[in-house]
Amino acid sequence: MGKVFAVVVAAIAVVSAALFALHIWWLPVDISAHGSRIDRALNETMVAAGVLFVVAQLALAVFAWRFGPEPASRAVKTFPGGATPMVVLAVVLVGIEILTLTFVGSKVWAGIYQTPPDPNSLQIEVQAEQFAFYFRYPGPDGRFGAMHPELANDATQNFFGLDPANDTTARDDIVVGSLAIPVNRPILLALHAKDVNHAFYVPELRIQQDFVPGMVIPLHFTATKTGKYEIVCTQLCGLGHYNMRAYVEVMPEQQFNQWLKEKAAQQ
Amino acid sequence: MRRSNRFWWSGVAVLAGLLLGKAAMTGRAAPPPAAGRISGTVTYTGTPPKMRPIDMSKEPNCVTQHPTPVMTENVVTGAGSTLRWVVVYISAGDQPTSPPTEATRYNQKGCLYIPHVLALQVNQPLDIYNEDPHSHNIHPLARVNPEWNKSQPKGAPPIHTKWEEPEFIPVKCNVHPWMHGYFAVLRTPHYSVTGEDGTFSLAGLPPGKYTVTAWHEQFGAQRQEVTVGDGQSKTISFVFTARPY
Repeated sequence: MGKVFAVVVAAIAVVSAALFALHIWWLPVDISAHGSRIDRALNETMVAAGVLFVVAQLALAVFAWRFGPEPASRAVKTFPGGATPMVVLAVVLVGIEILTLTFVGSKVWAGIYQTPPDPNSLQIEVQAEQFAFYFRYPGPDGRFGAMHPELANDATQNFFGLDPANDTTARDDIVVGSLAIPVNRPILLALHAKDVNHAFYVPELRIQQDFVPGMVIPLHFTATKTGKYEIVCTQLCGLGHYNMRAYVEVMPEQQFNQWLKEKAAQQ
Repeated sequence: MRRSNRFWWSGVAVLAGLLLGKAAMTGRAAPPPAAGRISGTVTYTGTPPKMRPIDMSKEPNCVTQHPTPVMTENVVTGAGSTLRWVVVYISAGDQPTSPPTEATRYNQKGCLYIPHVLALQVNQPLDIYNEDPHSHNIHPLARVNPEWNKSQPKGAPPIHTKWEEPEFIPVKCNVHPWMHGYFAVLRTPHYSVTGEDGTFSLAGLPPGKYTVTAWHEQFGAQRQEVTVGDGQSKTISFVFTARPY
């Protein structure tokens, strides 16, 4: 029985490690300027954790094979000096590994999230609500109209609570249900939540950021590949959370300008 | 003695029956009042808000159902400044009637409420269908009637319901924020919802004095007093003041 257990444990360890080592289960394509740093940090974590996982599981398998159930007459042996030094050593080693990964990872995270955005970034406002995302561009005047939450009304498509009757800067604001951005241009999003917590997650952009009601959360990135990618909410936000998504389309600058012009004409 | 009395009384009853029958026949001979009609057009002055395409990209099923983008329906105008989705109805002067027994139908299809404004009578059966290949969550925001909120997955049976009090009830889908509509729950059987040509017609009106109300979801309500004579057709018009914002 011990040998069967040993074989099963070894097989699970090797197959699951191979799924990642051979990139059968792996990250989606990276389309962001900062993504390579995230991927490197993830890779280092995966390798460090993966090596420990495989070694520990194979050691378990060896011990189960070698010292599996034996006749009751056989004496139970203990480690020389007891198990305490082994446990202490394991805790220290794993602790050092986790602290190192945290330090390296937080440095990468801070390098992305805590650096100021490019002053020439394209600014786009995002409104998250149960259960959709809406995006706002400043329009030809280059200025965003002020938001008045009490004026927000889905029935009239006033998702941002604009007051175009009194606020002329709001009249040309472009509000759409999917995000379009130019490739290779820095983007600065301002995240607003209308009701509860939501999240902005685009795996290909290597970005995941929560929305918090009452806070305006800046988020900046540069997309480096054109294409259409899904934006999903990853904070359980209510009954329709499963269906809360939008799309980001990364397009060449010229196409983006044309798109913006068409949308401006529809406002 | 008792038997002869009974015979005498039955004779009186037959005679009375004959007399009453004759009286009734005489009454039937008088022509009943002919039904009148109030009809007309709803228009606007000023600048209405722009109809804008609805972005349904988060629900690809619905995008594929609409080869051309669907426009917003809160203010829909037609040629000649006509106004669509206005409920015109008798708000006073009508005789109470029992509601129809046949159900009226409200559809969710292509991520839209069809029709955008559904007028129906108090206590009239209402069947709500989901014809889309995905879930909807219908949420009538009633204030006078009880408010409710039901999920209706793909292929689910219709929701059978009714409204017990007159009210204009906004309806929204909790999953698709752009989906909005109205139930116009009315006491009167005389109502009409304008099409793109803005016309309405309230037929079958007995002679009398009526208050006719026109209600629009964004521009509010207007009333007019109209007296309809025997078989008379009256034409009236409603003009709303539109604002672009």
